[in-house]
Amino acid sequence: MSPQPFDSVKGFGVTFRQIFRKPITQQYPEYKRPVYPRFRGRHRLHLHENGLEKCVGCSLCAAACPADCIRVVPAENTADHRVSAGERYARIYEINLSRCIFCGYCELACPFDAITLGNEFELSEYVRDDLIYTKDMLLAEPIKQMPVADAALYDTPIPYYKTHS
Amino acid sequence: MSEETWWVGLIEALIVPNLLLLAFAYTTWFERKLLSRMQLRYGPNRAGKFGLVQPFADMIKLLYKEAFAPSDAIRMPYILAPIVSAFTAILAFSVIPFGPGWTIDGYTVQGEVADVSIALILVFALGSIGVYGFIVGGWASDSKYSLLGSMRTCAQLVSYEVSIALAVLGVVMMGQSLSLVDIVDKQGATIWFVIPQLVGFAVFIVAGVAETNRAPFDLPEAETELVAGYHTEYSGMRWGLFQMAEYINMITLSALAVTLFLGGWHGPWLPGPIWFLIKLALFVAVFIWIRASLPRLRYDQLMRLGWKVLLPVATINAVITALLVVWI
Repeated sequence: MSPQPFDSVKGFGVTFRQIFRKPITQQYPEYKRPVYPRFRGRHRLHLHENGLEKCVGCSLCAAACPADCIRVVPAENTADHRVSAGERYARIYEINLSRCIFCGYCELACPFDAITLGNEFELSEYVRDDLIYTKDMLLAEPIKQMPVADAALYDTPIPYYKTHS
Repeated sequence: MSEETWWVGLIEALIVPNLLLLAFAYTTWFERKLLSRMQLRYGPNRAGKFGLVQPFADMIKLLYKEAFAPSDAIRMPYILAPIVSAFTAILAFSVIPFGPGWTIDGYTVQGEVADVSIALILVFALGSIGVYGFIVGGWASDSKYSLLGSMRTCAQLVSYEVSIALAVLGVVMMGQSLSLVDIVDKQGATIWFVIPQLVGFAVFIVAGVAETNRAPFDLPEAETELVAGYHTEYSGMRWGLFQMAEYINMITLSALAVTLFLGGWHGPWLPGPIWFLIKLALFVAVFIWIRASLPRLRYDQLMRLGWKVLLPVATINAVITALLVVWI
């Protein structure tokens, strides 16, 4: 249909009607939209059930990382200071979250399911150096739990590390 | 001149522009809220309840900003340009009557700051001086975008000034006076001039939207076209002054439309200034509604509309009004 002279006037009616409709903005801090079950948020290091860390410091994650933001310095497990389940453990394990692109390659590369990407995305800091997360920060549980969308709706396979230890 | 004592006039002259500035601040709030509701989103609602403190937050931010200037900018005109624009915009509001005049305690208080017998010509003259602010601002900024933007702005403003003046001519003939007070009184006595002067009203609205650089005629401010036109190189409160000039021009034009066509402060059982404010708010809402609904006009479409459409219509309206006024 070619434009008719009164189409602009009808446009005024459209904008006037929108005043009486409810806005579709979601007000963020009061309402947080649920993330999908496989959302790639902040990294988490995992532990075995007996308290030993799963990470052995093989640094396959650091090799896989496209942004080169993981720093792994391994050390040997001694008899009286045993941290992980293998021969060595990661003495220093740091991720620079200002470089990380949250692609999930480290999670795919890890042979022990030690590192996964969780659901936390509220990672703002005031100082740039505070964004370099050390091992104990990565081991910790997230401070705030993000609402997660219903896994049954999304046909998500349960990852191996969630059911096995 | 009326019998108002000089210090009552002085107090009125101090209060009304300050109320105008408060009205400007809350016009920005009103525009952001109404525009956003038409676009299915909330406006500012974080600063204070319903965002009511937002204008003050914006003002504080602008005052804190670094007021840089291009190194080759011509210093004095660069600083004076926004001042001239804002000054003439605020001054043009001072002749608009918002009430019938009151007698308090034996002192007469006028319904406007200054009752000038050629008030209408004064308003248009001040508008033309305001155009100087835009020209000088763009030229003194020593930047290509500013110069082009200000040239286009001033061509647009000058073109539509002619149409506005002719559209208002019909009202002047019917009101038999150039003074806004007399025109409002005539409307109270006979009929609101919007009904006989409907064509003039329509031309006034369209030319008025173009005069104040509001959408859909806001090509000088279109960021995709000219970065920001004449106020590209202004920051902080200097830019705030240009915005103030634009919004106060919008408020003054709405007030002028209310005064000339919609009967000023006349209305049943509520006091005069309240009706004036209601009609003014309605008009400003119409400006915002127009902004939300229409796409921007291209520069040649804008010029064509001003010279080839509005000017003949306004001229014919004035001629027909003149014939009817003489023969009826």
